[in-house]
Amino acid sequence: MYTEKVIEHFRHPHHMGKLDDYSAVGKVGNIVCGDVMWLYIKVENDEQGREVISDISWETFGCTAAIATSSMVSDIAKGKTIDQAIAITNRDVAAELGGLPPIKMHCSALAADALNEAIYSYLTEQGREIPTALSKRHEHIAKEIASLEERYKAFADKEEL
Amino acid sequence: MRSPQMYAHLINRTNLVDLRPVMEMTTRIYLDNSATTPVAPQVLEAMLPYFSELYGNASSLHGFGQEAHAALDESREAIAETLGADPSEIIFTAGATEADNLAIKGLAFANPGKRHIITTAIEHDAVLSTCRWLETQGREVTYVGVDANGRVDPRDIAKAIREDTLLVSVMAGNNEIGTIEPIEEIGEICREHGVLFHIDAVQAYGKIPLPLEVIDLLSVSAHKISGPKGVGFLYVRKGIKLTPVLHGGGHERGLRSGTENIPGVVGMAAAARLAFSEMGEVVPRLSGYRERLIESITALPGTRLNGDRTDSLPHVSNFSFAGIEGESLVMRLDEHGIATSTGSACSSPNLEPSHVLVAIGVPLTMAHGSLRISTGRQTTSEEIDALLAVLPSVVKDLRAISPFKVVQ
Repeated sequence: MYTEKVIEHFRHPHHMGKLDDYSAVGKVGNIVCGDVMWLYIKVENDEQGREVISDISWETFGCTAAIATSSMVSDIAKGKTIDQAIAITNRDVAAELGGLPPIKMHCSALAADALNEAIYSYLTEQGREIPTALSKRHEHIAKEIASLEERYKAFADKEEL
Repeated sequence: MRSPQMYAHLINRTNLVDLRPVMEMTTRIYLDNSATTPVAPQVLEAMLPYFSELYGNASSLHGFGQEAHAALDESREAIAETLGADPSEIIFTAGATEADNLAIKGLAFANPGKRHIITTAIEHDAVLSTCRWLETQGREVTYVGVDANGRVDPRDIAKAIREDTLLVSVMAGNNEIGTIEPIEEIGEICREHGVLFHIDAVQAYGKIPLPLEVIDLLSVSAHKISGPKGVGFLYVRKGIKLTPVLHGGGHERGLRSGTENIPGVVGMAAAARLAFSEMGEVVPRLSGYRERLIESITALPGTRLNGDRTDSLPHVSNFSFAGIEGESLVMRLDEHGIATSTGSACSSPNLEPSHVLVAIGVPLTMAHGSLRISTGRQTTSEEIDALLAVLPSVVKDLRAISPFKVVQ
């Protein structure tokens, strides 16, 4: 069901945990659906003065695929400039893992969304202009989270956690 | 416990299947016996002659056919005996899904005037999906809920019975959480109201007594009791009319056409004999394992037992772990060579966790972190020790990478 690459990342995930001095965090997913991903990024200027993701980490509640995609997106995004990181899609994440079962593709979407949200949050906090693609994606993610919360309202009201 | 010598005759006899690699994987631990069980060596031995030596078609007149027919009769008698039924009341099928379909659809088709069926929210999909399909065919179904331990209140069944109720279908013991249902009380209510009563006994058969005097139809699968896959049976009380689901040569009293699976049926009978003969040893032993699992696992922080502490099948226990997701837990345990399962949502398209855990009101946050441990006759105390030795660290590791922190 899973590729060797997925299993390898699940067994030995990279960049897991929470960064001590992160610049921004992207929080996506919903616990009632069984997937929650928090992605931390540290942004610094490199020698050419470009903003790069100098460090990255994540905390994930989810299945094998969710953990493997968290690990993979952190590998792909680390060292990238903000512009390069914005361009990372869920297809990139899934492709680097050698593919995911169709039923698990939403996990790779979650990983790309978390990165998107972390960058959106960073640029917003810096009071910077948000590229259209990024803000569109942000609106879409926010809408999805709201619809999930609505859909599971009956359940969530009963939650203890 | 299984020595290579036990299989030696197989290897020598056929030269086709070399089972030695399987035997060498002694470090693997199988705790997913609610999914399926290994065929017991004595069951396999009973089956083997019926593949290439006694291979006749039970419908044939010649000696080959007679041998097969004799095996079919003997198997039917042996199985009937385990229930206290008449052999003519046992219909062989290709498994419990088929038996459930035959029971429910067969009754519905034979009784077009009685439109209403009652079942529960925690049935196996073989029953639930059959009922849902019948709803698309103009039938009405009431899905009775259960309490926090997964138990059906017989009074709820009584309340749901209507003038046009044909059937009540309730599982004897739940496959995910192990809870035993009050079959006798529900059966008596059905009797009083003149409603037929079907039970899915897949997990319960061979583990707990089944009160046949109040049961009209009962489904069983061989591969859950150390028998082969692809064979099961439906007990149908004498006098009950069913419309067959499969039409053909009229086998099994016309209720299940198709050449009988003689090796399978012989294996199922051997497995049934084995289960009933060793029940007195196996059931207390598995109950002991379950008790130990509950004691140790619920002592870990952020865990809960799903199901009933005492009123349970001996071999099934189900736990939830806060802050982690079930599939990850199963995969991590698999790395340690321990096979378990989960009722988490991650492999279902709608992302919703098990309908059983939702029905008993497990918070969704906990329902996603569920783990089912199911033991079998071959499970050893050392295997339980091995699971309990690795589980705390596996849980801790997964919680360390989760955004939801649980105080350890």
